[in-house]
This record gives sequence, C-alpha cells and structure tokens, in this order.
Amino acid sequence: MSGDVCIVGIGIHPFGRTDGLSGVDQGVFAVRQALADAGVAWPEIQFAYGASEAAGNPDSMVEQLGLTGAQFINVRNGCAAGGSALFSAQMAIRSGEYDLGLAVGFDKHPRGAFNAMPAEYNLPDWYGAAGLMVTTQFFAAKITRYMHLHGISRTTLGRVAEKAFRNAVHADHAWRRAPVPLDEILDGALVSDPYSKYMFCSPAEGGVALVLASEKKARELGGPLIRLKAATMRTRPPHSFEVFAPMVDIGGGTATATRLASAAAFESAGIGPKDIALAQLQDTEAGAEIMHMAENGFCADGDQEQWLAEGRTEIGGAFPVNTDGGCLACGEPIGASGLRQVYENVVQLRGAGGGRQVPGDPRTAYSHVYGAPGVSAVTILER
Amino acid sequence: MNAIADNLFTDEAVPRLIGGRHRETGRIVFPCPAGGAWETYPLARAGQVWSFTVQRYRPKTPPYAGPEAFAPWIVAYVEIPGEVIVEARLEGVAFDAVAIGMAVEFAPVPLDPADPASPLIPAFRAAGDAA
Repeated sequence: MSGDVCIVGIGIHPFGRTDGLSGVDQGVFAVRQALADAGVAWPEIQFAYGASEAAGNPDSMVEQLGLTGAQFINVRNGCAAGGSALFSAQMAIRSGEYDLGLAVGFDKHPRGAFNAMPAEYNLPDWYGAAGLMVTTQFFAAKITRYMHLHGISRTTLGRVAEKAFRNAVHADHAWRRAPVPLDEILDGALVSDPYSKYMFCSPAEGGVALVLASEKKARELGGPLIRLKAATMRTRPPHSFEVFAPMVDIGGGTATATRLASAAAFESAGIGPKDIALAQLQDTEAGAEIMHMAENGFCADGDQEQWLAEGRTEIGGAFPVNTDGGCLACGEPIGASGLRQVYENVVQLRGAGGGRQVPGDPRTAYSHVYGAPGVSAVTILER
Repeated sequence: MNAIADNLFTDEAVPRLIGGRHRETGRIVFPCPAGGAWETYPLARAGQVWSFTVQRYRPKTPPYAGPEAFAPWIVAYVEIPGEVIVEARLEGVAFDAVAIGMAVEFAPVPLDPADPASPLIPAFRAAGDAA
C-alpha cells in the first residue's frame, strides 16, 4: 500500500457511569457516531478490531450493527487493549488486505479499585491474600521514589489533577467536569500516600470507535487527512518496576515498557519529541503524567517541577498534556481508554476542540497508555 | 511456623524470606519461581527502604484474605543489598517516620493483627526494633 493509514471517523460514548447501558451498547453508540462522522455505512466496513477487558466480547456488537459477515477480531490486552486494536487495524490496511476498517473499545467496570487475581498475572495466591495485589500501591510507591530522586513536590502532583479537572470542563465526553481547587486536591482524603482521592482516576465506563482508511480511500471520502504515523505496543524490558511486582532487580526501576514503545513510535514516524505539538499521556494517577512526560522523552527527569509551575502543559502552554482531562477526569474504562486519547488527538488536529482547543493550529499529536503487568502503547498522529 | 504459603520463609528460629537464585545467571529474585532453572536462596534479613506507600483502604476480597476490620498499613519495597528489592509490609513505624534509605529487618507478622494465630505474611520492621 502507498501512503499512510488515516483516521477518517471518530465516535465516543461519554465516559463515567451510564446505568442501564451495557459496555457493548456504549461501543455500538461510539461506532455509529464514528461511521456517521466518516460518512460511511456499516456494510462498507471490511473489518474490525474490538477491545474490552471486562464488558464482554466486542464482536457481539454485530448483532446491533448488522450481520454483514465482516471480519471482527476481539482484543484483550490489559491497558494496552485499545492500542493493540488500533495497531492491528492499521496493519490490516498497511498490508494492503483492506481499505476501510474499525478500531473500537469499550468497558464497564464495577465501582472501586480493580480487583485483579494473582493467578491472572502468574503470581502466587498469597500475594493477593496478603493485600499486595493492589494497583494503587505500585503507582504510589513508584512516584514516592521518583519524587525522592528527582525533586518533585506534592504540590506538583496536585497541579496535574487541578489541570485535568479544569480542562475537562470543556470536554463533553469527560466524567468529572467541575474544577477542584488545588488546596482541596492536596487536602483530600489519602488513598495511597502521597496520593489523595483527587490524584487517582477511577475505573469507569465508556466506548470509543475510530474508522481507519487507506490514504486512497480517505481522499475519496474527503475531509482533512489525519495520518496515523505510528502505532506501537511494547512489553516490559529487564530491570523494570511494574504493577503487581513482588520484587525489583537491584539498580532497576528506570527501564520501562513506555520507553520502548515511545522510542519505536518516534522511529516509525521519523520525528522526535520536540516535533510533537500536544500529548495525551497515561495519567491513571497524577504522578503518572509527571513520570510519563520524561519516559516518553518530552522532558528530563525533574524538569516537571518547573514545567507545571510555569503552566507549560496547560492547553495554552508550550506543550499541552491531557487536553480533555485525561484518565483523572474521564475515568478509565480499560478497553476504551487508549482510544479516547486518540479520539481527543483527532479532535485537536481538526481544530474542533472548542473551549479546550490547543491554539496555534497543531499538526502533530501523541498518545500513550501504560498498564499491568508492564505494557505500553503509543500513537503519533499528523495532519 | 504458620506462614501464609509454603516455601516463603526459612524454618529458622529467626526466619528469613526465601528468594530464588538462577542457576546459570546468578540473578536473585523473589519469590522463588518453580522449575529446575532456579534454586531456593534465603535472603538476608537486613535491608533499606527503597520506596513505600500507605495502604489507606481495605483491599477487595478476593483476593485479600485479611480481616474485615481494617487499619491502614505501610507497604514498602526493601532493598536487600546485593540481592533483590522485595515488596512487603512495614510494621511498627509511624506513617510520617518512614523514609527512603531507612534501615529495616525482616520480621513476619500475622495477617490479622488481632489474631496472632493467623497466617504470617512477609513484613519488615525498623532495624533493631525487636518486638
């Protein structure tokens, strides 16, 4: 195939809690919106990759969309599920096999923290019985060490959350859309020190769909060409420190799956971090956004303290991050979360962000997810 | 000793945590994986806090098997010098007193603090802080 794979349609079911609507239903809602956005009908869709962690088999949505016989492959890959669906979808087009397809993700999680089982991660039962099978412990321990090594203050963590809720005011699909003052964020009930309840995202519900096309097909459909310049997914390297880690190697803790996925994405796109106009970075907790700024190559370790104080990652700043409020404001329906980031990037590159639009006509946008047990997925879009 | 799992602590008067040592590379890990490539390797008792947090809410059951009554506890990653960094509880230290680099030693504790006969889980305490 010549040319790039393009994103020609986007759809989203609002994140948060939607009682009475299943995860699959929210996925179907997103697909219909994406098809309408692209100006294509379901029977034209040649294939789909669907991601869900806990809300059923994505291919069951053909019952509602229409029994066209289209190829539909389900993806279950932890927090990288959406990214993996997108990677696979773009490969199906890049290979020349297809011209028009879909990446869709949805989820619907119970309230409260995720309760993963040790056996699902090849861990002994005692690890869970002892109370260590808790994602928030890892995230808190990782930022505690990072703050110690790189001089990041707790106030900076608060600034990340404050920005998220402020940005989400202008995002229709976000869940928590009321601004929260910095002191309230810092003084909120502690969940896992140093994080207060405002500094962690919550498992949630939602659905996102993206229609992908070959460049040739995208030109036929018209509209701005949003090119998918890179979509990568990587697993963890040696000596990393991951969710559900009973141990870390001595001297370890800095190598991450994120660094691998990021480096591969920049290589694939042929550009570097300084060429990116805005980014959606995994912010399941406030410190994750801080650490992921460095792990994805956008700043050096420790720079974040000054960057946040100066507002560089605000929508009007030099490098806007999480323009729709990210996971902190949208919540995390695992199968949909990574695709929400790409949805938001397409909105920004189209200039359709309204009150949250990044000024200056951005032409490049970056997305990044991370999750257990050490997986990461990155995309780079270009207009 | 009533450990929460077999082959987790040594059967000594003062127990140690049992890690694994790779027979070819010498890499030390915790816990000890099954399979012939690994031999059990008792870890040294003394270490330093590498990082930590406070678990402020009761984890979901399952998999958590602790009592319904919940009081927050410290979760620490402890560096055993020259061996491995392990995750365990840190007991007997005030939440505002724990710090990276603090000297600690292995001392398992009952899963239910109100029931000393409940299974013992991996834990550290401040070095020299004999109970």
